[in-house]
Amino acid sequence: MTLFRRLLDDRAFLTGAVIAGVMVLVALFAPLLTALAGQDPTTFHPELLDSARGGVPLHGITADHWLGVEPGTGRDLFARVVYGARVSLGVAVSALALQLLIGVGIGVAAGLGGRYTDAVLSRLTDLTLAFPLLVLAIALLAIVPQSWPRPALLAVVIALLGWGGTARIARGETLSLKTRDYVSAARVSGAGTLLVARREILPGLAAPVLTYAALILPSNMITEAGLSFLGVGVRPPTPSWGQMLSSATTWFRADPMYVFVPGALLFVTLLAFVLVANGVRRVVDPRQREVLR
Amino acid sequence: MTGYLLRRVGGAIVVLLGLSIIVYALFYLAPKDPAILTCGKGCTPDRLAEVRAAMGLDASPPAQYWEFLRGLFLGRDFPAGPDVRHCPAPCLGYSFETDQPVTKLLTDRLPVSASLAIGAEILSLAVGIGAGLLSGLRRFRILDRIVNGLILAGYAVPVFLVGLFLLLLFCVRLQWLPFPTYVPFTTDPAAWAENLILPWIALAVIQSAAYARLTRAGVQESLAEDHVRTARAYGIPEGRIVRTRALRGALVPLVTLTAIDLAAIMASAVLTETMFGLPGVGQLLVGAVNQIDLPVVVGVTLLTGFLVVVANAVADLLYAAVDPRVQLR
Repeated sequence: MTLFRRLLDDRAFLTGAVIAGVMVLVALFAPLLTALAGQDPTTFHPELLDSARGGVPLHGITADHWLGVEPGTGRDLFARVVYGARVSLGVAVSALALQLLIGVGIGVAAGLGGRYTDAVLSRLTDLTLAFPLLVLAIALLAIVPQSWPRPALLAVVIALLGWGGTARIARGETLSLKTRDYVSAARVSGAGTLLVARREILPGLAAPVLTYAALILPSNMITEAGLSFLGVGVRPPTPSWGQMLSSATTWFRADPMYVFVPGALLFVTLLAFVLVANGVRRVVDPRQREVLR
Repeated sequence: MTGYLLRRVGGAIVVLLGLSIIVYALFYLAPKDPAILTCGKGCTPDRLAEVRAAMGLDASPPAQYWEFLRGLFLGRDFPAGPDVRHCPAPCLGYSFETDQPVTKLLTDRLPVSASLAIGAEILSLAVGIGAGLLSGLRRFRILDRIVNGLILAGYAVPVFLVGLFLLLLFCVRLQWLPFPTYVPFTTDPAAWAENLILPWIALAVIQSAAYARLTRAGVQESLAEDHVRTARAYGIPEGRIVRTRALRGALVPLVTLTAIDLAAIMASAVLTETMFGLPGVGQLLVGAVNQIDLPVVVGVTLLTGFLVVVANAVADLLYAAVDPRVQLR
């Protein structure tokens, strides 16, 4: 309880938590919000574009289009940003879930396994940590068929390449937990490795792993945005903030608003999640006076 | 020491082999046939077979991979119509798209990526160490807050967002700088720097935060140690204590990080290069990936992997060199 009280005293954490919470709600209720605005993210509105100036929007913010429209296509910017939140957050959260599953699985197996299991799994972990993952992700994403659902694919690729950190932490904690008396007691009373892992080790891993997970979430969002920005991630007509920024680069002289909206949202959301992660970390790990790591 | 080096090199080779097998396998699992793509529309079966042979795609995948490995160390010959063309070692094959040797494509573009990485690293180190030192010595309270803010921002901003912002501000609004185009250092050093300054800043915003944090932690830790208290008691001037004791302790971890980060920046410069339109190795990769240009993708992946592996080994050696307590085993 005192931990919770200390979190509530942390103004940076609270600010981050409120903004992050709002973004999660926006993502969850995207259809409702766009229905309220009376728009949808895929309808073209060529009548709102200035064809003489290459398709730049005629108007800025209007009563119909709360954030204006996209240059070139005239799709409603508000609707795209709201649905974009859904894709960006959805990919980051699903990737995180997969990363935790793989990372904790491999980490605990390495920690509890014998010498050779540990050596093989640890080398594998080091390998994924040392490698230029962006390069591999680009190669991977380019060769799969276009018809596969991109957001799901992105989540899988980000997770497959980014579980190393979690595995390393899970292994370290497992090694220290397994020397505790209560774990030895469980072993002596005849519990098998699986039972020990589930009953004695996993609960002890929750705090350190979840603290770390809070930090991976924004980094997953950055990866998604980066891959979509390069054109190998989410592709139009599906919106994501990175995909919108990618299209915006060709328009950014003529229509800065198109860059500003997804860019600012991405920045504010990422900052909010980092503030949350930082707050949680400071409370969970009191030795950590320093900001982050 | 020799044993350590041997094991290190052996490990690096295993890693690179593994990486190249993965990339190769991925491409043969891909549902697109590069020979058909190259041959184009109205391709006759005869012509297709010829293209396949010229591209070295007529053998089984393991045989192709073996040929590729041989070419890397010994060079190899490609049939080109009636003639044979020789590709000297280290041969990475010819681009499916442009028909140029991959080795040449890579060496053409490496200077761009290297310019980007080295400049960004120097700028990040200067800003990061400066800010970390001032904040660690607690000379200015406000600086502590700025550094904290920067560290958070460094975690929270994607590099292309910083890049977009810089372009909008300096090239569109203020028009202080031209839109970046790469000018080789040997042609005109001033133009080289002027065109690269924005990409450097974009990378440094993110990179320097980590250095500032490390320097600050190191300085604070060193200043709390007994030998510093003793030095103070002996009346050694504070400035000298900071220079010879605090800074020294703080910089040890940075030395090793620099090597790793240089390689990491080059490996992940794809985004920065695309953002600023710099013709570096990363941009080569993005283009090749869209064209299913296997030899180029394998080449770039191997090159970046090689750089990362070498950098890690160099970092370990440097670590032992600057900190005599470290034993290499």
